[in-house]
This record gives sequence, C-alpha cells and structure tokens, in this order.
Amino acid sequence: MAEAMLAADGTPLKRSLARALRRQKLRALGLIAPLLLFVLITFIVPIASMLFRSVENEIVSNTLPYTVESLASWDADQDTLPSEDTYQAMFFDMFVAAEAKRHTRLGTRLNYETTGLSSLFRQSGRKLDDIADISYKPLEDLDGAWDEGETWYALMNARDGADTALMATQRARIARLTDTETNGVVNFAPDAEVAALLPLAAREYTAWAIFVATQDGRDPATRDPWEAVAPALLIDLQSADLGGYDGPHADLLRAAQAANLPVPNFTDAFADVDKDWGNPEPWATIQTHSGKYTGGYFLNAVDAQKTADGMAWQPENKQILITLFGRTIWMSVLIMCSCILLGYPIAWLLANLPMRQANLLLILVLLPFWTSLLVRTSAWKVMLQQQGVINDVLVWIGLVADDNRLIIINNQFGTIVSMTHILLPFMILPMYSVMQTIQPSYLRAAKSLGATNWTAFWRVYFPQSIPGIGAGSILVFILAIGYYITPEIVGGTKGVFISNRIAYHISSSLNWGLAAALGTILLAAVLILYWAYDKIVGIDNVKLG
Amino acid sequence: MKLAKTLMATTALTVASGTAFADGHMASEMTLVSWGGAYQSSQQNAYVAPYIENNPGVSAVWDESSAEAVAKLRAMNEAGNVTWDVVDVVAADAIRLCDEGLALEIDADEQLAAAPDGTSASDDFGDLLVSDCFIPQIVYSTTFGYRTDLVGDTPPTSVCAVFDTDAYPGKRSLEKRPINNMEWALLCDGVAKDDVYDVLATSEGQDQALAKLGTIKDDVIWWSAGADTPQLLADGEIVMGSTYNGRLFAAIEEQNQPIGMLWDAQVFDLDGWIIPTGLSPEREARALDFIKFATDTQRLADQAKYISYGPARASSAPLVGQHAELGIDMAPHMPTDPENAKNTFLYNYEFWADYRDDIDAKFQAWLAQ
Repeated sequence: MAEAMLAADGTPLKRSLARALRRQKLRALGLIAPLLLFVLITFIVPIASMLFRSVENEIVSNTLPYTVESLASWDADQDTLPSEDTYQAMFFDMFVAAEAKRHTRLGTRLNYETTGLSSLFRQSGRKLDDIADISYKPLEDLDGAWDEGETWYALMNARDGADTALMATQRARIARLTDTETNGVVNFAPDAEVAALLPLAAREYTAWAIFVATQDGRDPATRDPWEAVAPALLIDLQSADLGGYDGPHADLLRAAQAANLPVPNFTDAFADVDKDWGNPEPWATIQTHSGKYTGGYFLNAVDAQKTADGMAWQPENKQILITLFGRTIWMSVLIMCSCILLGYPIAWLLANLPMRQANLLLILVLLPFWTSLLVRTSAWKVMLQQQGVINDVLVWIGLVADDNRLIIINNQFGTIVSMTHILLPFMILPMYSVMQTIQPSYLRAAKSLGATNWTAFWRVYFPQSIPGIGAGSILVFILAIGYYITPEIVGGTKGVFISNRIAYHISSSLNWGLAAALGTILLAAVLILYWAYDKIVGIDNVKLG
Repeated sequence: MKLAKTLMATTALTVASGTAFADGHMASEMTLVSWGGAYQSSQQNAYVAPYIENNPGVSAVWDESSAEAVAKLRAMNEAGNVTWDVVDVVAADAIRLCDEGLALEIDADEQLAAAPDGTSASDDFGDLLVSDCFIPQIVYSTTFGYRTDLVGDTPPTSVCAVFDTDAYPGKRSLEKRPINNMEWALLCDGVAKDDVYDVLATSEGQDQALAKLGTIKDDVIWWSAGADTPQLLADGEIVMGSTYNGRLFAAIEEQNQPIGMLWDAQVFDLDGWIIPTGLSPEREARALDFIKFATDTQRLADQAKYISYGPARASSAPLVGQHAELGIDMAPHMPTDPENAKNTFLYNYEFWADYRDDIDAKFQAWLAQ
C-alpha cells in the first residue's frame, strides 16, 4: 500500500492542502464581508421586512386580545350577535386601546376589509367614557372615596403576596398594544387576594398602572385610574364573596356590593354608541381577520377576499389587479420586443462603423440615457398630445384632418412609445458590447465559402449576437415591469401598470400589506421568468460585455 | 481605537449642535414640510421669514414631501427617527395621521393664538378644525377652468357643462380618483345636493355616478398632478378641466392665459399644519411656538397676498389685501368670496375616510374597462 504523501511539515498532503484551501476561502470571505454585510443590511433586510408585511396581521389580536379570545367560540354563520361576554371584552380592550390611541389604527386596518369600520372605531373610541360612566357616576355618588386614586391604589396594591402572573400578562398586553418595552419600574403590583376576589377589576387596574408608569412616566400611587375600573369592579362585586375579606377598604367594598349599583349592558351600550355594533358584520370581520398571520392580502392582490366562509372572488366591478398584472407582463414583453427591433440595427452600426462615426453615434445613444427620466417623459407628452408636435406636423402636411387628430397619448400606445425610447439604451449597450467581440473575419469566411449576405448574417453573425440580445432583454424586461412614473404620466387609463397600484397603496391608501403582497407577486413573477429563461436559453448565454 | 474615538466625538458634536437651544428650551432648527412651488413660497413669505426675523438664531429648512407625508411619517415613526418638525398636509391626511397616532393632538384654545378681538382660536377657526391634530391654514377649492375662446358665446355657468358634450364639445380633464368626480356626477344626474353622500354610500349610487361619468369617459383626460390641467388648458388640449383654484388664478392673472373660472359646485378642502409625534421636547416646543405664530390672524391674512387661497380664520378675511406683485384685489379671487361661493361642497372627510378604498377600487376597475 502506498504511503500517504506528506507535506514539508510532516502532515499528510491532503489535509495540508484542504487547510490551505479553507484558509484561502476564509480570506476571500473576509474580503467580501464588508460588501456582503452592506448588501444584507441595506438591501435584503429592508426588502424582507417589507415583504413580511404581506402576511403580518398582529394588530388585531394585539389591540383586542380578550375580544379575539371571546369571539373564537362565536359562529358567524348563525346570523346572531356575539354574547354579552364578547361585548364586555370589547369594551375593556377598546378602552385601553383608545387611551393608547391605537383603536383608530385598527379601524384603518379593518376598513380595508369592510367599508365603514374606520369611522366606527374612531367614533366609538370617543364614546367609551359614556359607557364607563354608567357605573362610575353611581359609584362616585355612593362614596366620594371612589373618586380618589389613593383609594383604588390602597385596595389593589399588594400586601402579603403579589399576583406576579397577572402582572406579567398585563405587562405583555400593554407591550403588544403600544409596541413598546414595558419592563420599566412600576410602583405597583396587584394583591393576590384581591386579584382572586375581584379578577376583572384587578386586571384592568393593573393594565392601567403599567400603562401610566411605562408610557406616561407617572406614579400610579398618586393618579386616578381610568373610569373603566368602575364597571369592572361592579361586575366583580355581583358575584364576589366578600365574607372573608378584611383588607383595606373592606367596608367600602361591602357598601358598594350592598348598594347593587348598575352595571352597563354592554350589548345595548355598544348599539347606542353606533347601531353598526348591533350587526354581526363588524364582528365577523374582526373574527375572520384575527389571526396573527393572514393570507388575506395575497387574496386581495389577486382580486379575491377572505370572508368568514373562506375565500371568495371580489365583486366583478372591483376586479382590477389581475388585469393589471397581465397588462404589465404583456406590455413589458411588447416594449422589450420593440427595443430589440429598434436597438439591433443601431448596435450593429455602432460595432461596425469606423471609430469616429461610431463614437458620435454612441454619444447620441448615451445623451438621452443621461437625461432625467421625467424630462424625457414630459418631452414625449409634448410630442404626442393632440395639439403636439407630431399631430401638428401631420396636419400641416395634410395627412390628418385638423378636427380628427390622432390620439397617441394617454393610452397604451403612449406608454409603449415612451418606454421603448427610455429603455432603448439598456438594450443597445449590451448588444453593442457583444457585437464588438464578433470577429468580422467569420462573416468574410462565410461569404468566401459561398454564403449570401443574408445567410452569412443569419447563420454566422446572428447566433453569436444572441447573448447580447438575451442580456438586453432581461435588463429591459425587468426594468419595464417595475416602471411607474412613465405609465402614470402618459398611460392614461389603459396604459398603467401594476406598479401604479403599488405606489397608490404605499403612499395614498396606506394599505402596506396589500402593497407588499403585490410586490411579492411581482418579484416572484420576475424570478419565475428568469428561471424559465435559464431553462430555455440558458443563463450562461447572457453577456453584459 | 483612535478612529473610533474621533468618530464618537464628531457624532456627539453633531448631536449637540442639532439640539443646541436658541432660548433655553427650544431647538434652533426646524424642518418644515410643504408642497413646493408657489404655495410653499407664499408660506415662506408670509410666516417663515417673519418668524426667523423675530427669532434670530433659528433656521428653517424646507422639505417638499407633503404629497407622501403620511407614508413617510409612518415609516419614520416605525424607524423611531422623525426628522420633520412641522408638516403641511391636506385635512384628509391630517385625520389619517391623527388616527394612526402619528400627529400630535393640539388644544386650539391653549396652544394657538386668539383673534385680535379676543375670540378664542377654536371659535375663530370654527368648523374647520376637522381633526384634533389639525391646525388649518387655508381653504382651497377644486373647481373648473375653461378656455374662453373655445366655449363660444355661452361660457359655462354650471358644473353640469362638464357632462354636456353637445354644448361644449372637446376634451375635459378630471382627476384620476373618485373623490369630487363622483359627487359632481351625481349632482348632474339629478341627485339633490343634500342626498349626494347618502346615495354614494350605496352600491347602486356608486354605479349611478360611474354610469354618468361613463357618458363622457371617451372625452376625459385624467390628471394626477395639479399642474396638468392648467398646462392642458394652455395647450388647447382640453376645453375645460378641474384643478385647484390657485393654479387657475396663476394661469389667468399671472400668465394671462385665455381661461375663465367656473366656480359652480366647487369643492372646498383645507390645508394646514400638523406636528408629528415622537419629537424631543425641545423640538416640539419650537414647532408649537412656530405654529402659534404662523396661524395667527395677521399671518394667515398675509398669505393671501401671494396666493389665491382663503385664510382659514374668520378674523383674517377682512384683512385680505392686494396681491404682492400684481397689485390686484385678492378678495374676488378667493374661493370663499360670496360671489364665488354661491354653490359649494365641503369635502366630506368622514365619508371618504370610510369609502375611499372601496370606491377607489371600483373607480380604477371602471377606468381600466
């Protein structure tokens, strides 16, 4: 058996070699690390986080945690309203959300699904105090001590043992609601005995104490709690057995229990706030969209929607996005083809003219390339409009009647013409750099062997120029598919792309989830087409120079 | 190590200079956000220049991003780095910013200047305080301009001329969104003005409005920038078109274009300031100080010297004078002038906050058909 070959230092050559290679690889990785990190931090991470919005939907359960829990057992199909418990949960959720000014944000989110929820949430938030006052006023009238924050603090704050579990869950509740850290010092902990005796009041008081301490930076010991603690307390007192209780304010509690003070009927109270709460519809919307993650945005992106019964198509008069996706793809292909047709002869001239003329021509190609996109698009507007240059010339030479001028802008034609012009350099430059490398002697050889001009071009020159066409086509197509400003200006109504809708949802409707879903689909479409190109033509056949 | 120290030192320096106080507790730099163009220069002339004169050491930088203000503020808020101090937005955007908790709530009587005669700010602004976060500056309107040389001897007097292609042949321009267009369509389809939003809230009403717009669909050029309609009018591309009244004023009075104003059924809208949430106390104090000055009675009246938008305070209206350069009386060019305001709409914020997404989807689908 052959001896293993040894390196100079005595280790086996194989291992030594592997070590050297590994070191080399690490060094190479170290060299590209800055760039890699830069791309990762400034490009991949933001894109990934934007795309993640297309499925993220935590706002519903973060804002209305107890409502979502209570709604889980409700059957939206039965056409009945949710139970009183759900309305009650909604009141306490919404009260805290309104104090944190988060209820309107949720209203905006749910309005994407059901029209009208935006103002329903905004207006309900303002009227919750009225519901709380149903209990708060009588309690205050019974004994002025209930109006003092100190009374509540003495009642709720821990004496022998604190309910740490309650404290932790309420910290998490406020953290999720406000999207902030709530680990700061809170000069309060719920008393375990009171928390067992008055669970709802202890829960709401704790939430309040954590909120004022962590969000407003105040000391709960000296502040008056939210009015919502009053209905919570009275609800608890309806069934609490105060017999064994001898903590602070035991007599106050007994007096309040004995007085049998009114507790709001939350179902009726909400219907009073707005009659829409008396319909199952808003509840069904909340239930349907209560998951932490949702496919709803993707459904919306393909003209469907998520309903209580699963997926359904949008009404026909709202279907537009699939049309726009289709139009974006086929118009981009058309633009790409016209770029090939127009660009190929120019690239050929560039590669074959004598240096001086070729340079001049190259400048003519590059000059528009360096001009602002907006300027070029506006120039096309001047050219193409009905009182524009082209129509004026056609009328002047008598080809077109003055009262019958051509409509060549604010439609698909306008978009195709201006985008072809704008993207042409991206087609010409890769073609040119590939054609430059094609030896003229090949053509001469073909001709000397008897080929006609056409055969020599088609059988010898053209196949060698295909990598340039491929590179140019990929560039032009991918740029065209995401174009936004040119279609917006010259596209009218039928020449706009899906990116115009994405822009609308990013900056106007603020439906970032839908915008992200549309963007994800567009990205996937490009990747699939790229993959198909690789399968059919082969990506090795693409040369950028 | 040394490099890191230098870096940290310079960072500390820039941070310190950024928050250096002009008078103890207010930041000395403000970033104001507005729309650019003639409107922004009217603000610069009417409030910012005088404010800086009164407060030496304070500097103001403009950012022309109002069109994307809501999206950008949301992104800044999420990133935890709000770089704007005072932002000019339309009322609908102010409501949304307030809804999202991105704008500071303002107590008008506490934090804004009272009128010279002692009327409280909330009474002086009146109904125009459409959101708790919004400090109105101007009333503008979206209305129609028409080519005086293309309408013959009978210039249009009613908004329904837009739908009358027999009497006024030629193209018209309308904004590429449902807001305003749907209202005008219903109004000209026989719906009473008071019922417009009740009708528009129903699916049938929306179809009715689109059907009415459908009668002129082939004659419409849809615009998305306020400058489009004056340009199209000047080029003779259209016979009439909707845009902001200040744009038409500039085309008529400053550029002497043959354009006439059609004030019928103009839609009032408001533009004003908001202060973003999440500013440091010093910056917030400076922003509030600026706002109080910039929205007092005299300052709002001064703005009308530079642009034909009506001041949002009742007490400013009698103080509106002449154009700073043209020397013409500005009052007759205000959308709020009684002569112009015989038949008006007020943008229905509540309605569109709810129905915008729904109707916009239908409108865009209808456009694409």
